[in-house]
Amino acid sequence: MQSQATYNYKVVRQFAIMTVVWGIVGMLVGVIAAAQLVWPELNVHEFLHFGRLRPLHTNAVIFAFGGCALFATSYYVVQRTCHTRLFAPALASFTFWGWQLVIVLAAITLPLGYTQGKEYAELEWPIDILIAVVWVSYAIVFFGTIAKRKVSHIYVANWFYGGFILAVALLHIVNSAAIPVSFTGMKSYSAYAGVQDAMVQWWYGHNAVGFFLTAGFLGMMYYFVPKQAERPVYSYRLSVVHFWALIFTYMWAGPHHLHYTALPDWTQSVGMVFSLILLAPSWGGMINGIMTLSGAWHKLRTDPILKFLITSLSFYGMSTFEGPMMSVKTVNALSHYTDWTIGHVHSGALGWVAMVSIGSIYFLIPRMYGKTEMYSVKLINAHFWIATIGVVLYIASMWIAGVMQGLMWRATNADGTLTYSFVESVKASYPFWTIRLTGGVLFLTGMLIMFYNMVKTIAGEKAYNAPVLAPAAAH
Amino acid sequence: MDINDFRSIITVMGLLSFLGICAWAYSRHAQAGFEEAARLPLNDDDLPASMRRQEQEGRQNG
Repeated sequence: MQSQATYNYKVVRQFAIMTVVWGIVGMLVGVIAAAQLVWPELNVHEFLHFGRLRPLHTNAVIFAFGGCALFATSYYVVQRTCHTRLFAPALASFTFWGWQLVIVLAAITLPLGYTQGKEYAELEWPIDILIAVVWVSYAIVFFGTIAKRKVSHIYVANWFYGGFILAVALLHIVNSAAIPVSFTGMKSYSAYAGVQDAMVQWWYGHNAVGFFLTAGFLGMMYYFVPKQAERPVYSYRLSVVHFWALIFTYMWAGPHHLHYTALPDWTQSVGMVFSLILLAPSWGGMINGIMTLSGAWHKLRTDPILKFLITSLSFYGMSTFEGPMMSVKTVNALSHYTDWTIGHVHSGALGWVAMVSIGSIYFLIPRMYGKTEMYSVKLINAHFWIATIGVVLYIASMWIAGVMQGLMWRATNADGTLTYSFVESVKASYPFWTIRLTGGVLFLTGMLIMFYNMVKTIAGEKAYNAPVLAPAAAH
Repeated sequence: MDINDFRSIITVMGLLSFLGICAWAYSRHAQAGFEEAARLPLNDDDLPASMRRQEQEGRQNG
């Protein structure tokens, strides 16, 4: 063997470490926001007001924590399954520093009050342009690597990552289209007006869930679950149908965010029907992931990384059942604008997205330093249980609070007047908001354990870059 | 042609291509390729320790 080329682990390492760091930051902001609901006195300054911290929390956990996890795993998976180094390493390095800059700018501008007022797309136009440039670079690196692959087949995880990258580019560029009016004042107006603006926003918003928070993380599932279970995916043909079914249906589901609004009634119904159809591919994918473990269930007892991955799939199944149900208009009439929605989002975000990311990052970090295992497997196990209890407390309290709020808001007296004033529903929610805060604190504690474990794994170790291996001969 | 006819055609074509993909995925023709593809991550030994061993063996043999 001559001195071999090595995989580009540097950018994977950088993104993997920042996943943990931003996870802690984003969840800490979430915990502060949850505490502000229990103790309103904590709204100490306009910069740290709930209304400004909440978008900071959502942006930090989705785009900083989730985004870094997606960059790290996709760069790792695409190199290993294509048996080739990353295409355009300088551009890959740019995606890392560019993405970190976006996150820092978000952390500065959102508390200062600069916002486009679009959910999950709050960042103002100069930052939007930077995001678009970084994202196009990401696409070039990713698809460039696929183009120079040394194997004929493109592994299914790469299809999901590729679909996620293309769809997010499309969503971000269309939804962020705006007329800038000031650079120093960071001010712009949406290119769309009225109900079209709302529809474009929720076409974006729901597909941010469908492609950023689902397709990309399914890419993780299709690589890290087989890898950790040491078994091929349960059904490869199901994974192909799973991919295309998601691609063909997700784009239509957005209108369920606009039930009983100025959006035409037929559009709402189309959104509802497609949301119900989505149950099929979602559960197909979940079953495909979980059944990959068939014949190796005993590994769940001893391997906490597998526990994270498989539990994440259970939460994925739960929230993709709950979502279609909530998109039914009559259910939505009860659930919309209540904490039930918050519970649903966190069952997906903490239970599915965060847990599959945490499992994958625990897989990656030792490999980035030439090791086979984390510093402490016991601490991974502790993290798993603390995080699971945290998620359960969080979503159960939000379900109860949400249904209670929905019932209180719709209750009327015999003469047609409202039974409860709004503030009575707020008062009744306090105990559940306290339980939610406890769940959030537990989940954050798990992340701090992960950080300690990561530091101990890395300490004193040299960064490692694995040699590029020739693909195994086909048999 | 009305733009709505065009929209309807695109929708129907979307459905047909999805059904086509399903038929292809479940055909016997695709099966062999799928089995090979499913082994891709597993046939790739990414554990650093075993790589070091391979490298050492490589040096001894070479």
